[in-house]
Amino acid sequence: MESLNSTLLWLSAIVTFWVSFLPDSEGQGWLYDKTPVVVRDTFPATFGIGRAATSTEIARLDIDVRPDGKGLPPGEGKPAVGKLIFAQKCAACHGVGGIGGPNGSLVTTASEGTKKRPEKTVGNYWPYATTVFDYIRRAMPFSEPGSLTNEEVYSLTAYLLTANGIIDEKTVINAQTLPNVKMPAQPLFIPDDRKGGPEIK
Amino acid sequence: MKKILRLNQLTTKLSRRAMLGGTATAAVAIVQTAQGKTVQESVSIAELLPDDPTKRVGPLAGEVGTRSSFEKLVKKPSDISSRSPLQDFYGIITPSDLHFERHHAGIPIIDPARHELLIHGLVDKPLVFTIADLKRFPSVSRIAFLECSGNFRTGKETMSPQDICGLTSQSEWTGVKLATLFREVGVKPSASWFLAEGGDAAVMTRSIPVKKGWDDAIIAYAQNGEALRPEQGYPVRLFLPGWEGNTNVKWLRRIELGDAPWHTREETSKYTESIKGGKIRQFSFDMDARSIITFPAYPKTVEKGWIDIRGIAWSGRGKVVRVEVSTDFGKNWQLAILQDPILDKAHTGFRYLWYWNGVETEIMSRVTDETGYIQPTFTQLIEARGSDGGYHFNPITAWQIKSDGRVLNRPER
Repeated sequence: MESLNSTLLWLSAIVTFWVSFLPDSEGQGWLYDKTPVVVRDTFPATFGIGRAATSTEIARLDIDVRPDGKGLPPGEGKPAVGKLIFAQKCAACHGVGGIGGPNGSLVTTASEGTKKRPEKTVGNYWPYATTVFDYIRRAMPFSEPGSLTNEEVYSLTAYLLTANGIIDEKTVINAQTLPNVKMPAQPLFIPDDRKGGPEIK
Repeated sequence: MKKILRLNQLTTKLSRRAMLGGTATAAVAIVQTAQGKTVQESVSIAELLPDDPTKRVGPLAGEVGTRSSFEKLVKKPSDISSRSPLQDFYGIITPSDLHFERHHAGIPIIDPARHELLIHGLVDKPLVFTIADLKRFPSVSRIAFLECSGNFRTGKETMSPQDICGLTSQSEWTGVKLATLFREVGVKPSASWFLAEGGDAAVMTRSIPVKKGWDDAIIAYAQNGEALRPEQGYPVRLFLPGWEGNTNVKWLRRIELGDAPWHTREETSKYTESIKGGKIRQFSFDMDARSIITFPAYPKTVEKGWIDIRGIAWSGRGKVVRVEVSTDFGKNWQLAILQDPILDKAHTGFRYLWYWNGVETEIMSRVTDETGYIQPTFTQLIEARGSDGGYHFNPITAWQIKSDGRVLNRPER
C-alpha cells in the first residue's frame, strides 16, 4: 500500500513536471499523442503591444484603390493631358503610344488583337480600370516611383483607356467615372477552382 | 615565415592553372609577419594551398563563416530574379544566400529601427507595430518551401534544375502568427480579405482571404535562425505556407482588412493564367505538387553502374505521400525512398538506387500529395488548361541519359 502511494506520488510529480513544460494553445510542434494536454486559458485578450494608429498616419499610407472606387482621391484627368505626360515619362519603357516598348506594351490595337497570341495589355487583359490608377500611382514611373500627382495619374489612366479604345477622347476620369468603366477582359476572369485531388486543372 | 591569421575576402574561382602555378592572388588576409607585425595583405594561392595541410597552421577563426573557395554556388541573377542552384544542394534547407529572389522594383534598404507595420481597416483598434514589438509576441517557427508560381522553363537540352525550376527554396521561417496580431487589433467578423503591402519601390500589394491569415500565416522576421535577408524582405515579410511566392509580400509595411479583394495589378494582369474556354484563372493561391530529380541532372555526367538518383518533392496542399521514379521513359514506375523529415508544405528529399547498364534512356520523377494529386505530364497540363504555359506549371521533368554519360534535359517544346 505504501509502495502504491509512493508510486502515485511519483506519477503526480511527473505529470506536474510535464504540464509545466507544455506549451500554451498557441504553441506549435509540441503535439505528443496521448500526453495530457493542458490548454491554458490565459492567452490574453490583448498583449497591449503596439501603439494606436492615428487617422493621419493611416491616411498617409492608405493609398489603395478598389474596383468599386473606394480609395480614389479627389481630382480628375483628361486623355489629351495624359497623352503628353505619357510621351514624356512613359514611352521610353512602354513604346510610343503605349505599343512595343522594352518593358511591354500597354495598348492593344485592332491588328494586335487578331494575332494568335496577342501581347497582354490594359486593353485585353486588365479586368478593372481602377487597377490602372492604383498601379501607376504606387509604382510608376519605374525610375521615379510615387512622383506623379493624383491629377497626372488620372490623366495617364484616361489616356491609356482611350488609346485602348475603351473610352472616348472626351471622357473625364475621376473618382465617380473610373469605377464605371467596363473593361473588355473583365468577363474572362474566374476565381481559382483547383481543390487538390486527382483532377488536373 | 608569415602566418595567415584570417582570410578577409576570397577572390573568384580558383582556376586549376592558377593553383598549379601558385602565383595568382587568392585572397586578402590578415597576416602576421616574421617580425610579429599584423598586417593586411594579398595572399597567393601557393600560400593558401600547402602541399600538406597537416604541416601548416591554417587561418584562425573569423567573424563570419565562409564557403570553401572550391565550391562555386551561384544564383544566376537576372534583372528581376535569381534562381536557387537546386542541383548543388544536399539537404532540404536552402542556404539563405542561395534562396531564390523575385522583386518588382529592386531590394529596398530599410532601417529596422524606422520600419513599422500598420494594421487597419475593418478592425476594432488600428495599431502600429515596430519590429521590436513584433518580436515580443509569442513566436512560431516552421520549415516550408517558398515557390514562385512562374517557376517553369523548358526549350533546351542544356538546362539544369536551377534553370528549369530554380524559383523554389526552403527555409525555417520564424515570426509571429498573423492570427495573434489579428486578435490584438480585433478583426471584425465582416472582414473577408486583407491587403498586404510592401515597403519597396513597387509598394507591391496582394489581396489575401482573411481565413489564410487565421489559419497559418506568419509575419516573419527571421529565416534559418537569423534576421531575414534583405532579398527576402528584411526586416519583416508575410509568409503564407504553400501559397504562390508573390502573395508572400516582402518588406511588409501595411495590412488592411476589408470586405472584398482589391484586384491589384499583381493579382489581375500578372500571376493569373489562361485556362480552357478562353477564361483567365485568378487568385490561384495553392502551389500544386511537384518533384524534380536533381541528381543526375545537367550539367553532371554519369558512369555505368550504380547511381543514387536524388531529388526533391513538395506540395502546397500538404505532405508528400509518395514519389515514384521511372528509368525507362515513363513506362514503368518504382517507389522512391522518402527522406525524413516529411513536413507539411515542405521540400522533401527522395532517392532511388538504380543500376545503369549504359543504354540510353530517360529518367523522371512524379509526386503524389496527401490530397491524391499526382504530378502531371506537360501534355496532361496542356490538355487540362488549353494553354501551353504560364503560371502554375508543374510538369514532370525528364532527363535524357546519353550513352556517353551526358545527362540532358528533355525539352517539352
